[in-house]
Amino acid sequence: MTKFDPESISDVKGVPVHSVHRHDVVIVGAGLAGMRAAVEASAEFDVAVLSKVFPTRSHSGAAQGGIAAALANEEEDHWEWHMFDSVKGSDYLGDQDAIEILVREAPIVVREFEHMGCPFSRTPKGRIAQRMFGGHTKDFGRGGPILRACYAADRTGHVLLHTLYEVCLRNQVRFYPEFYALALIVRDGVCRGVVGWDVINGGVHVFHAKAVLFGTGGYGQVFKINSNALANTGDGLSLALRAGVPLEDMEFVQFHPTGLYKSGILVSEAARGEGGYLTNDKGERFMERYAPSKMELAPRDLVSRSIQTEINEGRGVGGEAYVNCDLRHLGAEKIMTLLPQIHELATKFMDIDCTKEPIPIQPTAHYSMGGIPTDIDCRVLLDGKSKLLAGFYAAGECACVSVHGANRLGTNSCLEASLFGRRAGKAIVAFLRETRDFPELPSDAADAAIAEVERLLASQGSESVGALKDELQEKMDIECGIFRDAEKLERLTGELRGLEQRYRNVKIDDRGGKFNYDLLEALELGHMLDFVELIVAGALKRQESRGAHSRTDFPERDDGKWLRHTIAFKRDDKIEFDYKPVTITRFPPKARTY
Amino acid sequence: MAMITFKINRFDPDDERRGHYLQEYRLDICKGCTVLEALNEIKWKQDGTLTFRRSCRSGICGSCAMTINGVNRLACETQVLALKTQAVTVEPMRGYPVVKDLVVSLDPLVRGLLAVKPYLITKTPPPSDQERYQSPEDRARLDGLYECILCGACTSSCPSFWADKEYIGPHAFLKAYRFVADTRDEGSGEHLEALDDRHGLWRCHTIFNCVEACPKALNPTKAISELKKELVKQRLG
Repeated sequence: MTKFDPESISDVKGVPVHSVHRHDVVIVGAGLAGMRAAVEASAEFDVAVLSKVFPTRSHSGAAQGGIAAALANEEEDHWEWHMFDSVKGSDYLGDQDAIEILVREAPIVVREFEHMGCPFSRTPKGRIAQRMFGGHTKDFGRGGPILRACYAADRTGHVLLHTLYEVCLRNQVRFYPEFYALALIVRDGVCRGVVGWDVINGGVHVFHAKAVLFGTGGYGQVFKINSNALANTGDGLSLALRAGVPLEDMEFVQFHPTGLYKSGILVSEAARGEGGYLTNDKGERFMERYAPSKMELAPRDLVSRSIQTEINEGRGVGGEAYVNCDLRHLGAEKIMTLLPQIHELATKFMDIDCTKEPIPIQPTAHYSMGGIPTDIDCRVLLDGKSKLLAGFYAAGECACVSVHGANRLGTNSCLEASLFGRRAGKAIVAFLRETRDFPELPSDAADAAIAEVERLLASQGSESVGALKDELQEKMDIECGIFRDAEKLERLTGELRGLEQRYRNVKIDDRGGKFNYDLLEALELGHMLDFVELIVAGALKRQESRGAHSRTDFPERDDGKWLRHTIAFKRDDKIEFDYKPVTITRFPPKARTY
Repeated sequence: MAMITFKINRFDPDDERRGHYLQEYRLDICKGCTVLEALNEIKWKQDGTLTFRRSCRSGICGSCAMTINGVNRLACETQVLALKTQAVTVEPMRGYPVVKDLVVSLDPLVRGLLAVKPYLITKTPPPSDQERYQSPEDRARLDGLYECILCGACTSSCPSFWADKEYIGPHAFLKAYRFVADTRDEGSGEHLEALDDRHGLWRCHTIFNCVEACPKALNPTKAISELKKELVKQRLG
């Protein structure tokens, strides 16, 4: 373990000496990816974890249904089947070398969670219990749905997250709770640390490190109807962008089929995994028309499009913008044992007893398939292809390795975050064993971050953060939602420029240093406006429909032109595109039907 | 729709002389609107300085525990109109140091947790390529314990904690029992060690405030009485 040596701390302009910290590894984000990496690296090195919220408040904890692994505890299963499902689910855009790692290491990762103390639900024989989930099937898609999602009732993310927090406490990981990352310190192609903001006390801090890992999560908050936490504003993505890193496949946004009507709060896919029906105004199980063999357990992109089509064609319940998720036939006992949280959510947020009434649901922005491009060891790719940014790693939803391609299967996200968090930890340990010295810390490392905070704290503008965010979210829902076309996307491109202009004239009310969420929300909005352009520009460029990206003016998948990853850079405020081929090893692209 | 007056505790750490005071905001509230949505509406449309923690909006992250009309609740899962009052008073949870407005320090929560060694302690190595087995019945012993979201509502409501800031707190006792009750855990002595202390278990006077305060309907008092039995067993054994 590297000992803290105050003598060696470099001076950073504008930052008091006691606010300059040094750790072998600095991890940003305390979700499954960040904390799993911390568990791995803290056995040997000095690890610090910065998190904008207290660690157990991280949004991984909201995952409900499960974590996929071909354990075969309940019935025959093989990693090859899991791989086929993930490749097909990704609409053949997932990189198959990365997917193979995901499915082959999944059983190890899940069993390690159990060894750490995670309270999984159990089979009658005492093994980890598994349930069905959309897109997970038997025998290379030839059989029916398979029991593959390992779970703890419908609180799987909660138990995984808390287990990791507990192990981090055991390993004496140094947490900096409620520290907000302001900038990545990169010079000459080497990552040297992170600039952070102490939310509780106010003040800029510098974290000097040999390795930095981003596990900063997703950005559902750019949409109005979303399942995400208010903290999920994708800060890590634009911090990477601002440091010159491109983003990969940003046009692929997953809309989860079952958000509570109006609030978008998640109703777990476990509801359908355990046998729930989706019905329209006429009471029809409309999935019959869209996915006759897998019905409600088709993958999320397909189910979301089906629901939206029902709504658009006037078959929403009572003509409203929702359909029903009906659990009543499962019976109260099964609902209360296997889906207690769904029962609680429906009661508390909709005043509905789902043992007696169906739950009104609508698709809700849920997950980002794209993100910071990495290799299979979570090392960030500066050109999106092969050139490394030394010392910088990314894992989980903020990263794009790419295992989800154009559409993620349910329960593969808890798996990806944990598994690639673990791999990142191992890769960082290997790197640190070879790296004795800290890279030099430039004395102007915090300049830009300090300027950004000071500008906002002193701003005398007239635009409100809340109003701008509202507009952004509404426009994204309407013009970059489940169904897209060139006309809407082009209009949106112009509107985003207008919002960016107006953001420069933003005002905040709170001028204090301490616990200033007014400042934080302004910073977050700045991040969202930065990377959201890449989602829209990528969606406009990609003239095909694949997975979650659905263009009504280009309804077919076009493997000839578009079986490739988008890599988008932002240079001098202009977006530049590059592309790279998809890695295909075992399963060549086929038509995707369910 | 109904016009509701929110009386919200304000405290600016940069203006300690002014101290705590209630500020009123008025808002039109429609059916289904939660206290958190109302607070956001006030922050975004009326007063950007109003400060509170929030994140998931769905009762799982535990950020927005606060005292609403005198009762500790999660703002995100409390419907305004269900409170059935024209005026709604919102205050920070009592017992913890107040950082600003509705935000309290979480340090006492973490301190309590650390005292009970809040992690699975094992001596026997796990099987190398399998999970440990645990029967569904043994696993069911953890129900009502593992669901804790660490919001702090219970410890904030506990008179023993009000009287003794070093008191470990019901949230940590619940966590301790979550491991003591786990058939896989081999460190019950270590979890219990800190509890047999003047800031520990015996300061619980079974007032049941924690049970009432828990937004997840968990029962720390029951966990405490089970832990007391365990301690007595150990002393006699």
